Amino acid sequence: MIMNNDKDVLRDVWFGRIPSCFTLNSDEVTEREAEPYYLMLPRVSYLTLVTDKVKKHFLKAMRTDEVEEMWFEYEGTPLKWHYPIGVLFDLHASASALPWSIIVHFKSFPDRDLLHCPTNSVIEAHFMSSIKEADVLKHKSQVVNDMQKKDHKQLWMGLQNDKFDQFWAMNRKLMEYSTEEGGFRYIPFRIYQTTGDKPFIQKLFRPVSPQGNPHTLCDLLKEMYPAALTNDGEQKRYQVLIHGIEPLLETPLQWLSEHLSHPDNFLHICIVPVPTD
Amino acid sequence: MPSSQLWAVDVYGRVYSLSTAGQQWEQCHDAQMEFKRVTAAQQCCWGIACDHSIYLNVLASDLPIRYQEEAYENQRWNPVDGFTERLLPSDRWQWSDITGLQHRPLDSFQLSSTSWEWECDWFVDENFEGHPTEKGGWSYAIDFPATYTKDKKWNSCVRRRRWLRYRRYKAMDSWAKIPSHKTTLPDPFSDISCGGWEINDEPRGRLSLWAVSLQGKVWFREAICHNNPEGTVWEEVPLPGEVVQISCGPGDLVWGVLWEGQLIVREGIGRDCSKGTTWAEVESPSPDVGAIHVAVGVGVVWAITKDNKVWFRRGVNSHNPCGSGWISMVGEMITMNVGLNDQVWAIGSEDRSLYFRQGVTLSELSGKAWKAITVPRDRDRSHSSASAASVQSAGCYFTGEVQAPSMLSDVESDVEKDSTEGAGCLVLIQNPESNADTPIDQSCDPPTEVPQPRVPKVTSDSFISDLVSDREDVKSTSPVVLEEETLIKEEEDNVIPEREHGSSEGHCHRWSNVDLEEAMSEQAPTGHVQDSSDSCSLSSIATYTLVTDDLYRGDEHPLWAWVSGGGCSVDSHSHLHWFNSSATMSSLTQSVQSMSLSVSPAQTTVWKRQIFDQLTERNKREMENFTHYEQAIEQSVWVKKGTMQWWRDWKPHKWVDVHFALEQFSGPEGNKDGILFVYYNYYEEKKYLHAFINEVTILVPVLNESKHTFAIYTPERTKQRWPIRVAAATEQEMHDWLALLSVSCCDSRKIHSPPSKQAIWSITCKGDIFVSEPTPSLEAVPYPTPCDQMFWRQVGGHLRIVECNSMGIVWGIGYDHTAWIYTGGYGGGFFQGLASSTDNIYTQTDIKSVYIYENQRWNPVTGYTNRGLPTDRYMWSDASGLHERTKTNTKPPSPQWTWVSDWTVDYSASGGTDKEGWQYAADFPASYHSCKTMKDFVRRRRWARKCKLATTGPWQEIPPISLSDVSILPCVEQTSVDVVPVWAISNKGDVLCRLGVTTLTPAGSSWLHVGTDQPFKSISIGSACQLWAIAKDGSAFYRGSVSKQSPAGDCWYHIPSPAKQKLKQVSVGRTCVYAVDENGNLWYRQELTPSYPQGSSWEHISNNVRKVSVGPLDQVWIIADKVQGSHSLSCGTVCHRLGVQPLEPKGQSWDYGIGGGWDHITVRGNSTEPAQVHLPSVAQRSSFSAGDANGDIV
Repeated sequence: MIMNNDKDVLRDVWFGRIPSCFTLNSDEVTEREAEPYYLMLPRVSYLTLVTDKVKKHFLKAMRTDEVEEMWFEYEGTPLKWHYPIGVLFDLHASASALPWSIIVHFKSFPDRDLLHCPTNSVIEAHFMSSIKEADVLKHKSQVVNDMQKKDHKQLWMGLQNDKFDQFWAMNRKLMEYSTEEGGFRYIPFRIYQTTGDKPFIQKLFRPVSPQGNPHTLCDLLKEMYPAALTNDGEQKRYQVLIHGIEPLLETPLQWLSEHLSHPDNFLHICIVPVPTD
Repeated sequence: MPSSQLWAVDVYGRVYSLSTAGQQWEQCHDAQMEFKRVTAAQQCCWGIACDHSIYLNVLASDLPIRYQEEAYENQRWNPVDGFTERLLPSDRWQWSDITGLQHRPLDSFQLSSTSWEWECDWFVDENFEGHPTEKGGWSYAIDFPATYTKDKKWNSCVRRRRWLRYRRYKAMDSWAKIPSHKTTLPDPFSDISCGGWEINDEPRGRLSLWAVSLQGKVWFREAICHNNPEGTVWEEVPLPGEVVQISCGPGDLVWGVLWEGQLIVREGIGRDCSKGTTWAEVESPSPDVGAIHVAVGVGVVWAITKDNKVWFRRGVNSHNPCGSGWISMVGEMITMNVGLNDQVWAIGSEDRSLYFRQGVTLSELSGKAWKAITVPRDRDRSHSSASAASVQSAGCYFTGEVQAPSMLSDVESDVEKDSTEGAGCLVLIQNPESNADTPIDQSCDPPTEVPQPRVPKVTSDSFISDLVSDREDVKSTSPVVLEEETLIKEEEDNVIPEREHGSSEGHCHRWSNVDLEEAMSEQAPTGHVQDSSDSCSLSSIATYTLVTDDLYRGDEHPLWAWVSGGGCSVDSHSHLHWFNSSATMSSLTQSVQSMSLSVSPAQTTVWKRQIFDQLTERNKREMENFTHYEQAIEQSVWVKKGTMQWWRDWKPHKWVDVHFALEQFSGPEGNKDGILFVYYNYYEEKKYLHAFINEVTILVPVLNESKHTFAIYTPERTKQRWPIRVAAATEQEMHDWLALLSVSCCDSRKIHSPPSKQAIWSITCKGDIFVSEPTPSLEAVPYPTPCDQMFWRQVGGHLRIVECNSMGIVWGIGYDHTAWIYTGGYGGGFFQGLASSTDNIYTQTDIKSVYIYENQRWNPVTGYTNRGLPTDRYMWSDASGLHERTKTNTKPPSPQWTWVSDWTVDYSASGGTDKEGWQYAADFPASYHSCKTMKDFVRRRRWARKCKLATTGPWQEIPPISLSDVSILPCVEQTSVDVVPVWAISNKGDVLCRLGVTTLTPAGSSWLHVGTDQPFKSISIGSACQLWAIAKDGSAFYRGSVSKQSPAGDCWYHIPSPAKQKLKQVSVGRTCVYAVDENGNLWYRQELTPSYPQGSSWEHISNNVRKVSVGPLDQVWIIADKVQGSHSLSCGTVCHRLGVQPLEPKGQSWDYGIGGGWDHITVRGNSTEPAQVHLPSVAQRSSFSAGDANGDIV
């Protein structure tokens, strides 16, 4: 389909799916052999929110007394459920072949790397706190505070049940800004990298320069992660990925924030080394 | 609203105009001399030039100004020669006016001024009272003066005929001197003011023009109107003293200032007496200081005293033109002017800046604050790029023509140089610090000129220097443009400095070094290599610093002498770009605009296109080969709930509280669907009613002053004429629900795009726009889709009429007669977010009148009073008399509307009124007539108040002509037409043909005026260019020889209306012509053949018809009144003619669709041929007949 509308971008972002192949960790004790499980994972959702089927599938093969909290690993890296699935994929597996092969563990939960996620309400709390944090940055939390409890629920239920219209009917309000201001107060963004000690970079950054020029992706990176930019004459070293694509550096940040943010209202940017092959 | 203009004169007598849509003052290049004062109306501007003569500048429009001269040729019969020109001695002149009293030989007609030209020679009017005569236009009578008939009888002794000749006003868009006639030559004029157009719009374009002469006399110009823009003579108005200045508002206010400082107010101005009768005197605001200046609007008076203090007059209105007291205002002004909507402009006494009064609204007429208008003049724009090379062409300013410099002879350019220098001197006097030599220096040697960088430029007015120098300069000095290029093409990085260098070298060669130095000295302190002329490049705006600002303000700020806003239509809602011009601003607000306009379109496409493409590619990569994978999230039901009120189904009907819920789920084929529930209590018992979303055919907002309601129809409910009516607590809630339900309905029907070219458009009586996608079976014979099953969705905007054709060209006309073109978007209005397209949605405004009636009953003692009988209707009521409607309690139709005028008596009520607007009748309710008779005991009059709506929708205005009807050539499917004929009727009744309409330019380019002998009111063009129209007198006309080659045709053929009926609307399809008359009858034109396209007679088809639309398949759709459903009756219902076939073009019966409350429909885009049902005989004949129809009917 030919895209000609900004609205189509929202749909594409929402309906982005990563084909995944879940295999049980070989160390797990099983009663019978567990077949791999194939699933389309929504890029904008969270691993533990959408893997009930996976859990059910492998539990059938497991001895129940051997089962602890389920967690996932990709090529040795434990996958943080509280990052959106798309971010995990772009950050760790963007160069690998599809489907994305994820290993399922039911024991030795890596407490140092991962947060526990006993129920979906933990995910909901995490998701809602992200939305609130984003709105603090965008509107001094005015919009989210004006919402009622049921409106918050609508956002969460929209994500949980993959209801684009339901979610956006409410999320639209979080994306509004007065034309006089020309954008949000600050852009809620997080920049992820594969290396380094910090999990991600998050600072205050305005959509418009003091001179009134719209800030671009380039402006953001220049300030937050200059190494990601390619200097003249250099070989490109890093890819800047958002939802699996590389937007041009002159793309206005405000537009990106409105259209390519995750449902948690943050613009998640992954900086990964250019694949060597 | 069309853009309009503010006019002003600077201290050097140069006239400038500033468009409401513009961002700079445009000098009136035509003005060949300096002007003292100007006074503007929307259609023209009057001025006093330095020769003290009065000049008129009629703004060009596509509508020509034509004046019909007429003379009557009279003849008498005698037994010998028959009718001859020999009359009796007691008879009238052989050539006379209509009364016979004036001798009018044809050669006595002279053009009234050099601004006119004859359009053609004299010709005989072949029509008599709207009907053609066969005998050279003669009409007969027994004797002069008597009743004339077109038929000669045995006793017809005299006859006469009318000769016509049109003259045309040719001096459009230029200052034409008003010739002063010898008889009443006043002394030189010193002030002038026009207005009064709101008192009376008959004759059309009527204006009051008041002038003051140097001796303090006041003069009134007689008989100014559209056809006679110059008026006829000056008439002196007696005065109580010597007047120095006068001001005339758009309505009935006229105030003057006396030499001694008091003010005088004209009284007795009214519909029938635009000149007024007497003067009343008002004291100066300040007892010690006399008034020096006054400015009046519709309901306001402002004055300035000799100490430059500003005063506002309290309590001024039509009934009390003198007002009640003065209020002192902030600001010191030298002169001021009140324009349309009582908006105020003034010129500061200190700085001679022009100020606009902010916040003037109907409720706060005195406004809030003065705000300086800071836009540059067109000469400022090219200021820093002004060049010695352009000096030669500077003469253009004085000749008023654009000429290439090389075409000027030496002599000419010398003269012009002199005058240029003269003008330059004027500037220098004002700016003593810039005591430089004249800037004219063509040498290319920089050093000698460096010390005089701030020389004002007077040489840069020419278009040529503008065009040439701007372009060059922008390229070479604006870093932003380059920066954009570097981003796109990084490899060009190294080239740029060279280019910059190279072009500034070129600059040096081409332009004088004065300019170069000047540019540098201005720009050096800021460190920016900016160009003041570069106001187009928004992204550069924000980098201006205050330093630059100050430098410019130093002497570039224009010094104003006079302002006139009489032609300038702004109000407190208007979005003006006058205050933060590029040359003087560095605020964030400006940069926001640059952002919302985003960057240049080319660049937008680059980064956005990249995202679109990459997402598409990503989806392909990550999803295409994995569609057989299971989805992680199963689809489930989603419910939205709320509380609403519901108009309950059982009697007594009333609003009851209900719970309202929408359950959405995925249908079996992945399409979304839903069910709507209304949970209510029925005698303590909980019940609900429901509607499947995929069965909902339309959601109709019914905003009124008390409730936020909307109606939900299904086919069943349409049959019943009884929709589900619900009301939300707030407007916002209603809009949320409507938007959600609308998306849900569209989802269930998989409609996610703008209306197709075939779409059927309709409009409700509230001006809401709906569109429906026709299925191929909609016009199938014999089993079409029932039209109550049609799905309608709303499109943002507000219109009265919409017309389209199958090429996707859609025109609309607002209640205020503004013409709009459909932009291809969908949504707008309250459809935000997902229900609306992002592009092609614009602001739309509309204005309409709200009417109330004042009712009175006659009694023998006091005559007519507002004391009625106990059984009478309210003394202030709506049209029906059933509801009380007083001036104060009547609100605008919905919260989206705001009042923009005060209540005024409406003289245009149907049936006519007397001088005070009254209509008389024997009793309420009865038929009303305009003059009182012995039998009349009651009377009423209609009051009107205008209100304005601002909304958004996929519509863009087509200025400047207001329309009342439009028709677009309906195309049969797959016909390729380059230029599409579009015809329209202006709101004054002129017939217009739009040129240059194509699918790429659906708005066309310009109007071609097609002459008629009377105003028209409806027009329609058929597939084969058959053009039909209805005149104001209710008769029809057929336009001969209209074709692709000759889009305007050649002449009108008169077609009488059905007996005793006056037609009001016509629609022409492929071969059929239908018309509706004023009594609601639908008529079919019989026996139209290619050789006789006018047909033979009208055949009655139906009654209770409001409007008809005939499509390219000859399908017939109407808006009908009084359609009976099972539960209720509806007026204004969409109906479809069934059984229309080539051999039975009149069809058989009606099928009833959505309604009531519908006002307009057009099916002229639907050229989808129905699925053929083969009934052998019919099919055969139909193919024959279709061939016939496609033949050249013209």
